[in-house]
Amino acid sequence: MIDIAAGRLSAATLARNFSDAHPPLTAPQSVVEADRCHHCYDAPCIEACPTGIDIPGFIGRIATGDLGGAAEAILDQNILGGACARVCPTDILCEGVCVRVKQGERAVSIGALQRTAVDWQMAQGQPYRRAPARGTRIAVVGAGPAGLACAHRLSLRGHDVDLYDARPKPGGLNEYGIAAYKVPDDFAQNEVAFVLEIGGITWYGDRVLGQNLSLETLRETYDAVFLGIGQSGVRALGLAGEDADGVFDAVDFIETLRQSPPAAVPIGARVVVIGGGNTAIDAAVQARRLGADDVTLVYRRGPENMNATPEEQEWALQNLVTIRHWATPAAIETEAGHVTGVRFARGAPDETGKPVYDRGELTIPADMVLKAVGQLYEDPIDGTLALSGGRILVDARGETSLPGVFAGGDCTAGEDLTVAAVRDGRDAAEAIDTMLTERGR
Amino acid sequence: MADLRSNLGGITSPNPFWLASAPPTDKEYNVRRALEAGWGGVVWKTLGEDPPVVNVSSRYGGLAYQGKRLSGLNNIELISDRPLATNIAEIKRIKRDFPDRAIVVSLMVPCEEASWAAILPIVEETGADGIELNFGCPHGMSERNMGAAVGQVPEYVEMVTRWCKQHTRMPVIVKLTPNVTSILSPARAALRGGADAVSLINTIQSVIGVDLDAMAPMPVVGGQGTHGGYCGPAVKPIALRMVGEIAREPEFRGLPISGIGGISTWRDAAEFLAMGSSALQVCTAAMHYGFRIIDDLTTGLSNWMDEKGYASISDVTGRAVPNFVHWNALDLNFKTLASIDQDRCIQCGLCYVACEDTSHQAIGRSKVDGMRRYEVIDAECVGCNLCALACPVDDCITMVPQPQTAEKLTWPEHPNNPHRILAERAG
Repeated sequence: MIDIAAGRLSAATLARNFSDAHPPLTAPQSVVEADRCHHCYDAPCIEACPTGIDIPGFIGRIATGDLGGAAEAILDQNILGGACARVCPTDILCEGVCVRVKQGERAVSIGALQRTAVDWQMAQGQPYRRAPARGTRIAVVGAGPAGLACAHRLSLRGHDVDLYDARPKPGGLNEYGIAAYKVPDDFAQNEVAFVLEIGGITWYGDRVLGQNLSLETLRETYDAVFLGIGQSGVRALGLAGEDADGVFDAVDFIETLRQSPPAAVPIGARVVVIGGGNTAIDAAVQARRLGADDVTLVYRRGPENMNATPEEQEWALQNLVTIRHWATPAAIETEAGHVTGVRFARGAPDETGKPVYDRGELTIPADMVLKAVGQLYEDPIDGTLALSGGRILVDARGETSLPGVFAGGDCTAGEDLTVAAVRDGRDAAEAIDTMLTERGR
Repeated sequence: MADLRSNLGGITSPNPFWLASAPPTDKEYNVRRALEAGWGGVVWKTLGEDPPVVNVSSRYGGLAYQGKRLSGLNNIELISDRPLATNIAEIKRIKRDFPDRAIVVSLMVPCEEASWAAILPIVEETGADGIELNFGCPHGMSERNMGAAVGQVPEYVEMVTRWCKQHTRMPVIVKLTPNVTSILSPARAALRGGADAVSLINTIQSVIGVDLDAMAPMPVVGGQGTHGGYCGPAVKPIALRMVGEIAREPEFRGLPISGIGGISTWRDAAEFLAMGSSALQVCTAAMHYGFRIIDDLTTGLSNWMDEKGYASISDVTGRAVPNFVHWNALDLNFKTLASIDQDRCIQCGLCYVACEDTSHQAIGRSKVDGMRRYEVIDAECVGCNLCALACPVDDCITMVPQPQTAEKLTWPEHPNNPHRILAERAG
């Protein structure tokens, strides 16, 4: 009996389940936490931050009550410091290298402190003023973290920016691709508004590169182009039954939850999530929080191989998600066109660590299956740009094989992290600014 | 079990910890609770002449440092603001109920013999064990020519001490103000006047901070502030110096010292004893955490004394005094070097930046297998201790005394000393 339904939980429970998973520190808590920072010289946390935020610097300013100064230290490097404070895998970045851990203690809660400072600044408004307009125009395609960071930095330097995105709303994955409880209360749109407050950035939604937006035209019209178009494709399992009813891509499920009230989103009583990244965790935990009875996350290798950070894995366990390791999907089982379960081949690593699936089978019954086995860059502009490893090839300055066209974020190589995308966008903006300055623009 | 009984100029108590003259000893209710908790004695909050003084509202200011509250405390409170008769009746009851404890009464009356002659018999009648002359209060009373206004003039100290010795059989403790250039002058005056003991330090004149919204010194009283008296853990180093300076002068041999100034733990207590105190007074720590801290103070001190083989308080008193010397007596051939325990190092780099920016560039920085590594450059290290002090990890950086390669050499004997010959003549 297939059991998929919306509204499994009361409105109050759903509201609680999808509110801030990690509420902010109070002002006194922030000061106590800030006082724990040792103010390391050449701090390891700064090195571990892709955007290179002066972490001891901003923490010291929180300790002395200079929240504006703290926010400035963060936003100078990372204008999306608010989103990063919420979604960064700090346990494998700044907090992972905090010397307090070597001392046998808990790391300083850098992410939470960053949120204290940036939330304060966002309540005050945009702190930056543009340089005088230079008469230059740049097209930024993709309004996710890379595009927003690029647009902001370009505007700061006095360039006018037209910001395009394929979606109706700006924000990229922060708006469409992250668990609701990480960025509640319309945080993504508030942050976009905060970034755009600098002025000089004009927003255009529903513009799809290769469809109603031509790279050729952009190159002719603008002084430079930045592409931060992310990865629009998803990997398939390559199994029969993958298109059966009840089988969904996890990214679509997450997007639906971000764009609808939780009470309107149907969920299976028994859900199987396939994959080992943070998308799989976001999907599995949200399935539980919608009221699914049994959620099993199945990953083909061990916990140490998962892309989801240890803290995310722990979060899933706290939410009573069952995690099964060393099982790879072998077949989608269906009945009358609807999924009824997934059959996995069980395995183990061989002596070289390579998985070998010869340990029999495991069938997990399911009313709903969410696939989270990776996203792909889908080239919307066939062959115009040179690719590397299936993504847009860029040089050290972020410039693609087409002069004047830059790219960054998930559509280029590197770690698929919000904070890395912000760095790419920011650095490409500086490279564009340098290029135009050299040209006398 | 070490014997914690103390004797200060004939005033005995079951342990050396007395509550200092201050708000905790203002009235019977508090004092009774303190003595029930186990305090060895109290110095009753200073009595004056009737009519009693009037105190302001908003009395204390605190110094917090990186989250640690009351690292320092300042107050603008005056002496007891209750009628003399009330205090006297309460003191009498307390002494009756706690005969084994040291009940000392702090006094401050105008600098006239008649005033002292009048109050001393009244106090004596309570059965109190002694009096403490408040020559230290640095605010409010000093402007009325009492407290520190007396304590800063050695002649007055001597005169009032002598009056007291003449008009009472009770032991007289003279409480010294630190708001002087040399603590030795008022200490000498107390000795000349016949003091049975001195207690120090009283509070230090201070402005604890400025309220940047009210634009007034704190504590703010109706939009204005005034200077107050500073105490608490932050003043301990100043107090230790003054206690030690008196203790090491041969002329004060036989003058017992009650050590006061930021004592919060048994370790602080042991330090004050080692620097020459026979008994101790505590205030800020009790005001911060309550009377229960007496358990930690006595247990900790007793355990430490057992561990070190000290049987009684007098075994500890003055132990460090012979080693508290003038700078000129220090050995210039002594050498100590910093040593970093790499297994304990958390790679915070605080030793490096401290040495590199502000000292002797004696810590090298490198990366080994991608890990930061900090190492002492022995040839550059002057043994200043800064790295060990800045290091946040216990026992990670230690200072290692080097084998003595030359005989002890002090500055008076040093070839670089242009006044060497003069110094030698002076002995």
